[in-house]
Amino acid sequence: MISTSSVSQAVWLVPLLPLLGFLINGALSLVPAWRGERGDGIPAGRRTLVASVGVGVLVLSFAVSVWLASIVAGANTEVSSTIGEWMAAGQFRVDWTLRVDRLSMLMMLIITGVGSLIHIYSVGYMADDASFARYFAYLNLFVSFMLMLVMGANLPVLFIGWEGVGLASYLLIGFWFGDTANAVAGKKAFVVNRIGDFGLLLAMFMLWVNLGSLDFAAIAEGHSVMSTPLITAICLFMFLGCAGKSAQLPLYVWLPDAMAGPTPVSALIHAATMVTAGIYLIVRNAALFSAAPAACLVIVLVGALTAFWAATVGLKQWDIKKVLAYSTVSQLGYMFIAVGAGAYTAGMFHLVTHAFFKALLFLGAGAVIHSMHHAFHETHRHDDAQDMRNMGGLIKRMPATAALMWIATLAIAGIPPLAGFFSKDAILGAVAERALESPLAESSLGPIPGRVILWIAYGLAVATAFMTAIYMTRLMRYTFHGTFRSGDDVAASVHDAPWILRAPLIVLGALTLIGGWLQLPAVIPIGPTGLLDSWLKPITGAATTMLAGRGHLSHQTEYLLIGIAIAVAAAGMFTAFLVLKPQTLTTKAAAPAETGIGLVLANDYFVDSAIERGIVRPTVSTARKVLWRGLDLGLINGVLVQGSAHAVRLMSSIASRAQVGFAGSYVWAIALGALVVIGTFVFQAGR
Amino acid sequence: MIREALLVSAVLFSIGVIGVLTRRNALILFMCVELMLNAVNLSFIALSRLHGVSGQVFVLFVMTVAAAEAAVGLAIVISVFRHYRTVDLGRIRLLRG
Repeated sequence: MISTSSVSQAVWLVPLLPLLGFLINGALSLVPAWRGERGDGIPAGRRTLVASVGVGVLVLSFAVSVWLASIVAGANTEVSSTIGEWMAAGQFRVDWTLRVDRLSMLMMLIITGVGSLIHIYSVGYMADDASFARYFAYLNLFVSFMLMLVMGANLPVLFIGWEGVGLASYLLIGFWFGDTANAVAGKKAFVVNRIGDFGLLLAMFMLWVNLGSLDFAAIAEGHSVMSTPLITAICLFMFLGCAGKSAQLPLYVWLPDAMAGPTPVSALIHAATMVTAGIYLIVRNAALFSAAPAACLVIVLVGALTAFWAATVGLKQWDIKKVLAYSTVSQLGYMFIAVGAGAYTAGMFHLVTHAFFKALLFLGAGAVIHSMHHAFHETHRHDDAQDMRNMGGLIKRMPATAALMWIATLAIAGIPPLAGFFSKDAILGAVAERALESPLAESSLGPIPGRVILWIAYGLAVATAFMTAIYMTRLMRYTFHGTFRSGDDVAASVHDAPWILRAPLIVLGALTLIGGWLQLPAVIPIGPTGLLDSWLKPITGAATTMLAGRGHLSHQTEYLLIGIAIAVAAAGMFTAFLVLKPQTLTTKAAAPAETGIGLVLANDYFVDSAIERGIVRPTVSTARKVLWRGLDLGLINGVLVQGSAHAVRLMSSIASRAQVGFAGSYVWAIALGALVVIGTFVFQAGR
Repeated sequence: MIREALLVSAVLFSIGVIGVLTRRNALILFMCVELMLNAVNLSFIALSRLHGVSGQVFVLFVMTVAAAEAAVGLAIVISVFRHYRTVDLGRIRLLRG
């Protein structure tokens, strides 16, 4: 372990640099002169300063991360740094410790690398926004917390980051809080996330009580001292936290609404980084999870159901960002299938490639929305700049964006040799391998054998891959091909993205092209195979073996699985070209109402209204009728406060009857009283 | 001797109490109160034979207080009379609750 002072300080620089950016830009955003009028940007000079601070700190942070990565990789070790005690109570002690090992290294590079690209993109995307400084302050704050999350060496430090990214996400979803819907979406994200966080807190309490430590190093050893049911419970509570943060059934409902935020935010927080925190948490605690096969099977099942569910909903969305949002939920489900099945490398691999191509898709969609918005603005129209029905044929106006988004689409659909093909194939292969023969398949979830669950997950994953290819092709065809549906005057005003938007897209496009080389399967030797596998082996190797055994698929089976994956993806894209008819589409304003299954899917199976009716409204009406009217107004105010006043008044009115106002009566009372007192004395003296 | 003196004192006190309880005229009430005070004085004097001179000192105090009380009480009775044109306590019930 290296602990020379310069390296230790550098570790802290990584999250503190963005925090510094947050403080500077946050302070600037409070000065009225640095806020533009509504609808106008701030002066160019000030904008440059804010942007250089916001982007600069992140690029520096990325540079430090790369330097640390070279140390960690070169010395084959981990770097940890403690700056002191955070809290101590009796036996309980938590230190401010950051640790950089191979896993957090990978996450840091994604966060700061993709984060830098998205920051640069934001400079162009948000240029006209009045709250430019506030935007970069929040974005830097998010990155800072996200780095704390992945660098924390114990659960409480991770939890700061975990809650902090939730806060930043809330602030950025509701960034344009002038519109009530955006503020409500932010609140929804926060509340739903809190439900999951409650699970994570419980897991932390249980770990502390049973293990006496919350350090990841201690937790990794914990499976030897705790019983399997206890570990299963801890893992399930932890997974509840993951389901909230990473938008799995049934807590995924906040993510589609989170699209209310600016598009670069959707790319960074709600696609590439924050929502993958759940995956990271499970991989980080792989040793614990691998000791609880039942919990792993639950994760596989939830992941598979989420992937399938969200993909079906994605088929009928019209908002370009909503399609990508449901796609994100679906792909996160894929990652959970992988980490649940103990294929930690495959899960992390898909996390990395997904960060590349989904960020690319979101930023591309952002470029489209940006152009559409400006075109509508120039022609003084008030149409929806995000609805695909208002687009069409944009490839002629925005060829660069279209080409880059096609790369990402092919990648997410799983067409070789793009990044998504390899990562998806790694997951599908791992699930099939474990379903055929592994300790996980031998175990069971209640009465259901693990083998059945794994095969169900494989089936759902293949079906999801098919639908992914359909909805992504649908998105591309409706957006970029056919004819432009919003009129020629608008079409003339649509321009391709400026260079500041295009440059990050190109970098992400390149990463999408070559990302697959991180983890080539042994059966496709077009380069060094299994790089990520050997990179993560010191961290997840033992856990992977516990669930997967040492069995290997024969090459024929692997080729068969790859063949199935490619065939499914190609079939999906082909189906989309065959079935969809963009020429029959009309603009959003003229579109007929959805009917039948289309209506159900377009409304996400009416989950939101079901939650509204089943949970939100009963809660609100219980709060209103029972807690407010009943308890507060009735019991506390009525009975206790006013009731005691009434009781005093009643008793005093009885007592005041004695005040007859006739002196003679008082004398009688005095005389009788005197008689009683004297009589008592006499009586006692006589005894 | 003490026995007889205490007996007289008790009779006087009882007359005073009965007067206060039964009569409604403020002036008669006053006189009855005076009677009670003096009954008490008599027993103080009588008992000072047994317990020393302090009983007689108390009598002086009681007389002083009685004089002050009479002054204040009569002043009140006069002003009540000026207001109500009567000293019948049955008609003065301003303090009824």
